[in-house]
Amino acid sequence: MRKVAIVGIGQTPVREHWQSNLRDLAVSALRDAMDDAGVETLDGVTVGNMLSGALSDQEHLGSLIVDYAGLDGVEGMKIEAACGSGGAAVRMAVKAVASGLMDTVGVVAVEKLTEYSGNHSTAALATAADADYETNMGLSFVGINALLMRRYMHEYGYEKRDFAVFPVNAHANAVHNPHAMFHFQIDEKTYSASKPVADPVSLLDASPIADGAAAVIVVAEEDVEKYKGMPISILACEVGTDTLALDNRKNPLWLRGVERSVKKAYHVAGVTPKDISLFEAHDAFSIMTALSLEASGFAEAGEALRFAEKTGVGINGGLPLSTMGGLKGRGHPVGATGVYQVVEAITQLRGEAPSPIQIPRPRYAMTQNVGGSGATVITSILTCLNK
Amino acid sequence: MDIPRYWRLKDQRYKLQGTRCNDCGHLSFPPRLVCPECKSRNYSDYRFKGRGTLYSYTIIYQAPDRFDDQAPYLVGLIDLEEGVRVTAQLTDMTLDEASIGMPLEMVIRQICEDGARGPVLYGFKFRPPFTGQRDSA
Ligand SMILES: [Zn+2]
Repeated sequence: MRKVAIVGIGQTPVREHWQSNLRDLAVSALRDAMDDAGVETLDGVTVGNMLSGALSDQEHLGSLIVDYAGLDGVEGMKIEAACGSGGAAVRMAVKAVASGLMDTVGVVAVEKLTEYSGNHSTAALATAADADYETNMGLSFVGINALLMRRYMHEYGYEKRDFAVFPVNAHANAVHNPHAMFHFQIDEKTYSASKPVADPVSLLDASPIADGAAAVIVVAEEDVEKYKGMPISILACEVGTDTLALDNRKNPLWLRGVERSVKKAYHVAGVTPKDISLFEAHDAFSIMTALSLEASGFAEAGEALRFAEKTGVGINGGLPLSTMGGLKGRGHPVGATGVYQVVEAITQLRGEAPSPIQIPRPRYAMTQNVGGSGATVITSILTCLNK
Repeated sequence: MDIPRYWRLKDQRYKLQGTRCNDCGHLSFPPRLVCPECKSRNYSDYRFKGRGTLYSYTIIYQAPDRFDDQAPYLVGLIDLEEGVRVTAQLTDMTLDEASIGMPLEMVIRQICEDGARGPVLYGFKFRPPFTGQRDSA
């Protein structure tokens, strides 16, 4: 297996992009990444996306995007793993390059969620869960996270306000990220006063749905001299899975998909949780951040909130989280999120983050993209490459 | 939900029918062709009694399209006596009456109407056991 690096990144701002369609968002991000890498063409393109069929009446995204990106004849295919689609698309590109099958692979992940009413998007997003046994009971995706949060509070004796630490931090960082959806701070007070969406989950626990596209160019580490962009080594990009339905898990509060993915990633990268300089967790909901920190080995079961307070999750904390705003502050263009996380980790490792949110000399950056309520999890570990 | 799909699910939705592994005895709901414990493909139908306790619950304010006219409504995870957990709406109770660990029993109720001309879909929900009087008082 060859070692793999990323030599180009691109992203659109995360917004309600009324004026742009799916293909233009994807093409903008992909061509920006190609410009950053200094490449004219690619051996292949993997497209991360969840809901183009349901919300834009468009499948067959691979060939569509390849065509409009000016890559006539190049292989392109869509990868879908619900909210984990972006991370899954990175995984596919890493496999193609590591195996030697391809040398230069573009990953572009795109989502357009704001075309329809909230209820229609809610129904579309719920297809990430078990259609016959969760969604058909009227359970929404927010509802699944509410079930987890309620049980977590019950088992470990937390109050609702104890979760404020994650969204408050995400918003504080998003203020400085020009690509982020939200540019306002929140505090514990605004968090506690926020309106419930599915009790106990309130508006400020939930990441906003949004439109956006992000892209990276994946190449062999041995070839990085051939490219223009500052190379970042992708030491690990590993997948773990679990049951689709929450009710089929013995202990829903322990994300086995996360544990499986992260254990492989630590092993392959040769690092431990203590080595991680920043963690782009999948903070789609406050409870998800807590459960991810625990199953990723940063905190014991039930200790994530106390860990966050004690260790500090801000830019100068012991474990900076959501450094560019995370899903909560940057926004959650569902199938694109996993690639935004990787783009942001690379921005940090390159030292190119806006100064108030630049982590001082980061060594290892970890990203974790979670599909559904944890049925597909992709954890990546990245580090600087001495060119 | 289209009619054939609804028809296929009738044993699950009306009778809470899952599977029992003939080799290791593991119970599954929904039914599974492969036992998640011992990987055997040798199974029998198994009907759950429909009694259990509440593992967790929530109230849905923003519902998926088809459930929009019912919102807000309660959804819970229910631990059945047989050791299997299921997802269902909670009925005949309010948010204030819900508490983790409370006993529940299955009832068949209308789940949703599938559009103006579509079928009315029925299935299981869970409610506090009917004893003639509320024991919570
Ligand atoms: Zn078995």
